Amino acid sequence: MQPIDDKKVQDALNNYKNKTIYIHLETTNGAYAAHRNDAAMAVSAFIRNGKIVFSQGKITGDNPYRVGLKMDDGWVYAQGLTDWEIDTEERLLLAGHDTEGRIAVALHLSEKPFT
Amino acid sequence: MEEKHVLVVFPHPDDESFGAGGTIAQFTKAGVPVTYACLTLGEMGRNMGKPPFATRESIPNLRKKELKDACEVLGIKDLRLLGYRDKTVEFEEEEKIVNEIKALINELNPSLIITHYPEHGVHPDHDATGRATVEAVRQLAKGKRPKLYCIAITKNRETVLGNPDIVNDVEDTMSIKVEAIRAHRSQTEAMFQKPIDENNRIKKWLKEEIFWLYQFQSI
Repeated sequence: MQPIDDKKVQDALNNYKNKTIYIHLETTNGAYAAHRNDAAMAVSAFIRNGKIVFSQGKITGDNPYRVGLKMDDGWVYAQGLTDWEIDTEERLLLAGHDTEGRIAVALHLSEKPFT
Repeated sequence: MEEKHVLVVFPHPDDESFGAGGTIAQFTKAGVPVTYACLTLGEMGRNMGKPPFATRESIPNLRKKELKDACEVLGIKDLRLLGYRDKTVEFEEEEKIVNEIKALINELNPSLIITHYPEHGVHPDHDATGRATVEAVRQLAKGKRPKLYCIAITKNRETVLGNPDIVNDVEDTMSIKVEAIRAHRSQTEAMFQKPIDENNRIKKWLKEEIFWLYQFQSI
C-alpha cells in the first residue's frame, strides 16, 4: 500500500458509483487489548461481502482520511484511513495503520465478492 | 520425553512458535514426528509488517507461506490446514471441528496433544480450539486418551488452575524457536525492532514453556 492520494482515491471511488459492489469493512483494536491493558476493551467489527450500491462517495480529511458512501437507505463510513492501493484484482483497498504498522480500520470495494 | 507422535492444535499461524516452539523443536530433534493442525490462516490479524507490506486481502497467502517456513524451521513435516477463518472459530458448529480433530487423532494415534486451555486462551479462537480439542479427546475411550498439554495465558491462570504441571526449559532449542517466530515476518517484524533491553525481556519470557495437563472428570 501507499500513503493516500485523496484525488486518486476520489477517482477510484467514482468508478464504483451506482454499481452493485461488495465491501469489506472492519475496525479493530486487537484481540489482546483488554489483556494488555485492564482499562481497555477488545473492540472489533467486520462485514465481509456486504453488497451495496452507493449514489455518492467522498474521501475527506487530511491524513488520516475519512470515507463516506451514501446509499438509498443509509451510509457506509470509515475514519482513520492512511493508505491505499488498487490490488492485482483491481479492487480498491483503503486501510488505516497505526505507528506500529498494525491495521486499525479497513474499507475495501470490489465488483466481485471477496474470497 | 518418551512420545511417539505429537499432535499440536492451534488456530493461528504463529501460535505454535510462541506457545510451544521450543518444545516442538525438542521433539522433532529427538526424532518424534509432530503434526500441526492449524485451524485458520490468521486472515484477520492486525499486524501487517513494519512498515506494513501486507494488506487484508494479501495476508492469507503470505501467512500460509510464513507458516510453512516456520514449520520447516521447527521440523514439523506434517501440516494440516483446516480452512476455518480467523475470529470465526467459536461461531462454527462445534461438532464439526470436534469430529475433524477426532479423525486426526484416530489417524495419527498421538501420545501427546498440545492445544489451548479452554477459557484461558484470551483470544476467542484459542478458547474455541481448546474446547473442541478437549471434547475430541474426552469422546475417546478412557484408556485410549492421549496426554493433553494445555497452554493458559490468562492473568488469573495460576489462581484458577494452580501451578503448571509442565515447566519446560527450552534454552537448548531457543535459537530454533526464535527463528520460527521470525519466520512469521508479517506478525513479528515489529517485535524484533524493539530496543535490546526490551528484546532481552522477551527472550527471558520465551525461555520457558509451561503447560497444564488437562484433567478429565472421572467418566
